Amino acid sequence: MLSITPDTVVLGTARKSVITAGFSPVADDARAINGTVGDITSADPRMTARNVNVYYGDKLAINNVSLDIGVNEVIAMIGPSGCGKSTFLRCLNRMNDTIDICRVEGEIRLDDQDIYDSGLDVVPLRAQVGMVFQKPNPFPKSIYDNVAYGPRIHGLTSNKNDLDEVVEQALLKAGLWDEVKDRLDEVGTGLSGGQQQRLCIARTIAVAPEVILMDEPCSALDPIATARIEELIDELREQYTIAIVTHSMQQAARVSQRTAYFHLGELVEVGKTDDIFTTPRHRLTEDYITGRFG
Amino acid sequence: MNKPAVDQIRTIDRVNATLKQRYNRERRFRRFGLAAVILGLLFVALMFLNIISHGYSAFYQTRILLDIEYRQEVIDPAGARDPATLSAADYAALVKTALRTLYPEVKGRGEKRELYGMVSSGAALVLRQRVMSDPELIGSRQTLWLPADDDIDMLVKGRIDRNAPESERRIKNRVLAWVEQLEARGAIEKQFNLGFLTGGDSREPELAGIGGAVMGSLYTLIVTLLLSFPIGVATALYLEEFAPRNRWTDLVEVNINNLAAVPSIVFGLLGLAVFINFFGLPRSAPLVGGMVLTLMTLPTIIIASRAALKAVPPSIREAALGIGASRTQTVFHHVLPLAMPGMLTGTIIGMAQALGETAPLLMIGMVAFIVDIPGGAMDPATVLPVQIFLWADSPERAFMEKTSAAIMVLLGFLILMNVIAVILRKRFERRW
Repeated sequence: MLSITPDTVVLGTARKSVITAGFSPVADDARAINGTVGDITSADPRMTARNVNVYYGDKLAINNVSLDIGVNEVIAMIGPSGCGKSTFLRCLNRMNDTIDICRVEGEIRLDDQDIYDSGLDVVPLRAQVGMVFQKPNPFPKSIYDNVAYGPRIHGLTSNKNDLDEVVEQALLKAGLWDEVKDRLDEVGTGLSGGQQQRLCIARTIAVAPEVILMDEPCSALDPIATARIEELIDELREQYTIAIVTHSMQQAARVSQRTAYFHLGELVEVGKTDDIFTTPRHRLTEDYITGRFG
Repeated sequence: MNKPAVDQIRTIDRVNATLKQRYNRERRFRRFGLAAVILGLLFVALMFLNIISHGYSAFYQTRILLDIEYRQEVIDPAGARDPATLSAADYAALVKTALRTLYPEVKGRGEKRELYGMVSSGAALVLRQRVMSDPELIGSRQTLWLPADDDIDMLVKGRIDRNAPESERRIKNRVLAWVEQLEARGAIEKQFNLGFLTGGDSREPELAGIGGAVMGSLYTLIVTLLLSFPIGVATALYLEEFAPRNRWTDLVEVNINNLAAVPSIVFGLLGLAVFINFFGLPRSAPLVGGMVLTLMTLPTIIIASRAALKAVPPSIREAALGIGASRTQTVFHHVLPLAMPGMLTGTIIGMAQALGETAPLLMIGMVAFIVDIPGGAMDPATVLPVQIFLWADSPERAFMEKTSAAIMVLLGFLILMNVIAVILRKRFERRW
């Protein structure tokens, strides 16, 4: 059933036809290669997605995507706007459930659990698969309450001291502790954009998830704040599995070990980040990373 | 090769050519806006001026200084000090005696009746109350300010023209002369009328007070608030956050919007049919009034609450859901507190509507003439707007100033409610 052969025989003639016709015949090309270029599997997968289709109403937003997300690796998802990378990311902790017209087909597993199983409770799933959003969205509460909210609702700590410790650790890991330790009772929305985003990351890791999904976490930030978040992602990799959607190819190259290139709802190519950026094998990937479109 | 010709008009010239016209249009629009605001303020000021100029005098009452002798043989001939006897005694006789001693020359029956008519029938009630609370008064003398009749009141307040011919004036020349004698002695004057604010309604204008209607409005509004706020907010929360989008919820939504446009008197008929005739609740009770007004204000509160919930940014919901909050936790921990200021505003607007509502309450009997001040939500009562309606309908000249004064009280309550709404909103917003 899961007949995704890693690294298919593709290319050659199919690739030539793409070159001659520009990038319009993507669909033909995808059919021709019957899947994705490169190795979609991971040696030590935490999450596995197989044959995922996502529909918004009648519109097919993601077509037959299969991808592994490995333990302690950062996987970057890149691609032009509207290619479905964010939609795919939101499938991984079922955030798409909040969109009424959205329908997901296929199979996504966290370890051995099918997360789209009808009996599955999304609350513990989201405690295991946390998410950081494009726009920093701290709660309009104090910094402390922002970070403590997750541990509180999940009952992770039994007393105030433990909770203080969890909050401090989360803020430390997010690299925000030194900046806010004296003003934990100020509102989180009063911080600068970069600080807010790190606060959101602290809020996510306070729950101690296994996977962190990041949806363009730096798109609203300046280069310095972006650099801090990127450093942070690199540090967090040791303990967490991270999937990051980004518009910036440089960012993908800097922070990730594997990169997945999406195009018009299809996963075109997956591979080691170094390989993707130095020797892309698919024409579309090459065009995108060399800046010919996107 | 594509160079613009030298004689071609430059953009800046084109812009300058129409610039003046554009600014003129802007200025004209601003002037229209300003004119509209000034016109609106002018009408409001005119309304307030009119109401206050008519109504301020109702807060004063003309009183006559009389020398009252609490005669034993009139009040308590047996001397038993039995409360039943004291309560049933003819206190009006004491007032009449005092008046006769003041004007010993008055002899004829018609003349006497006119003389007695100068003092309000409420004067006897004042005396009874004094004697009941202190029986020791019996046998003594006291000089007291007692309320004058409403015609004398109007005369003293200048609402009856003293120079008009006798046939066109409600006060006879004789009575006018007596009043002028009293004025000359300083035994008649206008005093602050506390009874207007604390008393119940009366057929006698000089005794009628707004207190009963204020309490009736208060009980009615408490019932309305207690019912409509929780029901309205819960409905809005369910429809906005939890209900599946399907044909049924669409139907409910359309109906709620339709209910907002239903004439309020229809809700009154519904209340009469359901609450009074079917459930057998008492007529004229603030409880039923509050329930009827709840039906009327619910759509307002639901629509405002849903708008407030819609205005909460989805990113807050995503943030909460993203770290594993359940839907209910997301709503109650984050969405509801953020929507609360908007919900409160909607509720206060609804309550202000309810405070000013008359028609549905007529249907459930709150239009009855009720003298006693209601002590609870089950007692028969009337409300401020209905009291205004009743007084405006009364023929006596003196009820005109009462009507205006009642409107002043109603407007005062509306302003108070709006101030409370603003304060509440500010406080909630500061917390978040």
